[in-house]
Amino acid sequence: MSDQLVAPPPENCPGTQSEMSGKSAACAGCPNQQICATAPKGPDPDIIEIEERMKTVKNKILVLSGKGGVGKSTFSSQLSFALSMDEKVEVGLLDIDICGPSIPKIMGLEGENIHISGQGWDPVYVQDNLAVMSVGFLLEKEEDAVIWRGPKKNGIIKQFLKDVYWNDLDYLVIDTPPGTSDEHLSIVQYLKTSNLSGAVIVTSPQDVALIDVRKEINFCKKVGVPIIGVVENMSGFVCPKCNKESQIFIPTTGGAEKMSQDMNVPFLGRIPIDPLIARSCDEGKSYLITHPNSEATKQYNLIFNKIKEIVNNSK
Amino acid sequence: MDKIKHKILVLSGKGGVGKSTVSSQLALYLSHIGYKVGLLDVDLCGPSIPKMMGLESKDVHKSTKGWVPVYTDESQKLGVISIQFLLGDKDTPVIWRGPKKNSMIKQFIDDVNWGEIDFLIIDTPPGTSDEHISVTEELLKHNPDGAILVTTPQAVSISDVKKEISFCNAMKLPIIGIIENMSGYVCPHCSECTNIFSSEGGKLLAEQCNIKFLGKLPIDPNLSICSERGINYFTEYPNSSTLASLKSFVDNFNFKSSTTTTATN
Repeated sequence: MSDQLVAPPPENCPGTQSEMSGKSAACAGCPNQQICATAPKGPDPDIIEIEERMKTVKNKILVLSGKGGVGKSTFSSQLSFALSMDEKVEVGLLDIDICGPSIPKIMGLEGENIHISGQGWDPVYVQDNLAVMSVGFLLEKEEDAVIWRGPKKNGIIKQFLKDVYWNDLDYLVIDTPPGTSDEHLSIVQYLKTSNLSGAVIVTSPQDVALIDVRKEINFCKKVGVPIIGVVENMSGFVCPKCNKESQIFIPTTGGAEKMSQDMNVPFLGRIPIDPLIARSCDEGKSYLITHPNSEATKQYNLIFNKIKEIVNNSK
Repeated sequence: MDKIKHKILVLSGKGGVGKSTVSSQLALYLSHIGYKVGLLDVDLCGPSIPKMMGLESKDVHKSTKGWVPVYTDESQKLGVISIQFLLGDKDTPVIWRGPKKNSMIKQFIDDVNWGEIDFLIIDTPPGTSDEHISVTEELLKHNPDGAILVTTPQAVSISDVKKEISFCNAMKLPIIGIIENMSGYVCPHCSECTNIFSSEGGKLLAEQCNIKFLGKLPIDPNLSICSERGINYFTEYPNSSTLASLKSFVDNFNFKSSTTTTATN
């Protein structure tokens, strides 16, 4: 519906889905009035299709953070790699960062394309039990920019949920862009009736990141998404030469753990900075497999086990 | 808008690479060397500028000439506008879809009374979507200098910046140059420099795409502490390599030369 609008909604727009749409005082003079007044009301028929598609997906985990560059995609990819280390567990990874999709590169799938079969869009497989979908697979060249406003982004997210043939999945991990805008509202709205397990919120320790994360937690509370917990990424750096630890992003206000307490949400753990994590991501490899004995791998596994426990107990 | 001599957009495809840090340090540095500067934060969902400038709890006032920016001190050499100044509680999320963000940005561009200033630095959120299209469209009406692209050295970030270059080309927005941020971390215990996010990526990208490379900013925990506390980093650490880098960026800029600037030293 909102993708048919011919002009931005006015300040007091009642909402295109509302009963008052096209009829309220603010609608007078709005170029969209006719469209809104005549559009069909009631539930979106696509949501029913999404519900049907998502019935074969047991757990759906959103990875969120208010701020960019704190490690959402790194976390999502390592979580997916880790879950799929058990051959019996089927894992899907959906990247809804439309303008800056990093997942194809991190998963070692650059240059891959999706195929369309009778059952829908086939995701790209890293291995038998790990499937990936990203807007990156739809671009001709890596450097192509996706210069899309909100409604178009919402359209592709809807298609990802409705048309991708995941088959039976134990886990669907959904990686998001930073912020609290179109992508976030849409994914939550589209999965409203499909039993979203909850959100893992990733942050770095410094206050500038935590400010945005508090907003993200309030976003979840407002739209009714359960919070699985908060992960503090980039927490401390161990010098490869002298093995001593120092803080690059300094937790001036007590870091994510204190913030989690203050906001009454679970704290899942911290992952230290390791230059080899960035390298694994650049090379598209699983850090957990290439560096099984590192401190970061140990912390990752502790956090992943907590997530599995929380998600499976919430049923 | 037309009273502003130079308008610079700070962009990057990826989040967390230091757009806001670069924007705020650049604004502080330019005002430090005598220019009058405005700093506009169009990151509506995750505004960091007020925190970094030490202006967290300030409010914007409206006058007959439009919104009055929040000034860092009484000399009024550095004015700041951010959505944060319009929010009552700093933890309130701005849960807005595109159209609402666009009209806010249009107001920021049209309705703020910056006065006669030398530079307007505009900080953006990551991506190539509503905020970027709107701010670029509005700005192109007023003859901007162009965009500074910020990146970190690792491949994942570089690939997003390539998208941002395509964005600038598609929108016909000139590119001033690329700044590589977080280029290595000096261990405070043994002074070993580690390239946490690998190295040289930004420079190579600039060469590949035939764009001016403005220089590197090292990882400097003192800088992020100053950002957190809103302290003037230049007077605190006058010999830092960050300050030297900023100076060389500014020297490297090819400003639209038709205007004369009012620097006092």
